[in-house]
Amino acid sequence: MRLLVLWLVSAAAACAAAQEPPIPAQALRSGLSFAGADVRAMQADDAENPGFLWVTHGEALWQSGCASCHGDARTSMRGVAARYPAYDEAAKSVLDLAARIERCRTERAHAAPLARESEDLLALETYVALQSRGMPGNVSIDGPARASFERGQAFYHRRHGQMNLACTQCHDQNYGKRLYAETISQGHGNAFPAYRLEWQSLGSLQRRIRACLFGVRAQMPPPGAPELTDVELYLAWRAKGLPLEAPGVRR
Amino acid sequence: MDARIVVPPKVARNEPFEVRVQIRHPMETGYRTDDNGKSIPRNVIRTFTCRYDGELVFAAQLSSGIAANPYLRYFVTARASGELVFEWVDDAGVRGSERAAVTVA
Repeated sequence: MRLLVLWLVSAAAACAAAQEPPIPAQALRSGLSFAGADVRAMQADDAENPGFLWVTHGEALWQSGCASCHGDARTSMRGVAARYPAYDEAAKSVLDLAARIERCRTERAHAAPLARESEDLLALETYVALQSRGMPGNVSIDGPARASFERGQAFYHRRHGQMNLACTQCHDQNYGKRLYAETISQGHGNAFPAYRLEWQSLGSLQRRIRACLFGVRAQMPPPGAPELTDVELYLAWRAKGLPLEAPGVRR
Repeated sequence: MDARIVVPPKVARNEPFEVRVQIRHPMETGYRTDDNGKSIPRNVIRTFTCRYDGELVFAAQLSSGIAANPYLRYFVTARASGELVFEWVDDAGVRGSERAAVTVA
């Protein structure tokens, strides 16, 4: 009997331990620290960071629409991006920041819908995300967000594609090592939407996840697919405490 | 076409100061094809000019070798306060322009 109790206690402890992120908080490293000096310099100077072209555009869109309800984004949107993806009561599902903005635009403001990865939606998302720059990510995985988090966690640990690789094999077990000319990062989304030199454009975290899935020759869920939002939530929880950098610059 | 212009808030007389320009533009090379194999026509910014109170102080001819969202950085010397006028035109004939005031301290 005592053995059984001991077993139960240790099983409970193992369950609690499973809820610790794979990389402890003090070992979290932003993708920026894996990037070269030129990329770091580009992100460090707002005048050189091409992501700010989207900020300028997003600010104009904000002023012409969102501002009539939400006022000055610098105060009303401060810290918002750090909480996303989050469960939305009205949508009855977890939404990432782009989906939340789009919902507000179409449901409340009755504006014409914008496609995922469209320049306007990216610009708005970037402008809103910028207001939380430097703040630590702080998503909630409790309550109704739990199921989405668990799906995202399972996706992250499942092997994908012809290369038969799981996200965790590169980004938890082998970060810092080389993959051809690239240094494998810890795979955090804290700089997104980010300007990627490879894309010669700004793109969302979903686009980046899709690019990774393409790399391991797996099927890519379409932009806006719930699986991608689940992974975004898991990634945000995994990087909890890491300061937001959007709009970041990546290779 | 969005652009971002950065000039120092105050510049010294007859001292060169840095002008930084970034233009949001795809700079489509003309060498790529779309998903159906059709060639995508070239669309790059062809000419860029910068005038200071009407006088041409900097000009550039860009080509398909320049990456998207071109970033230009050059120096200008001011004898008096005035206005920089930036103008550019791409292959599609779309024109863009931007202005920046320069204050000589």
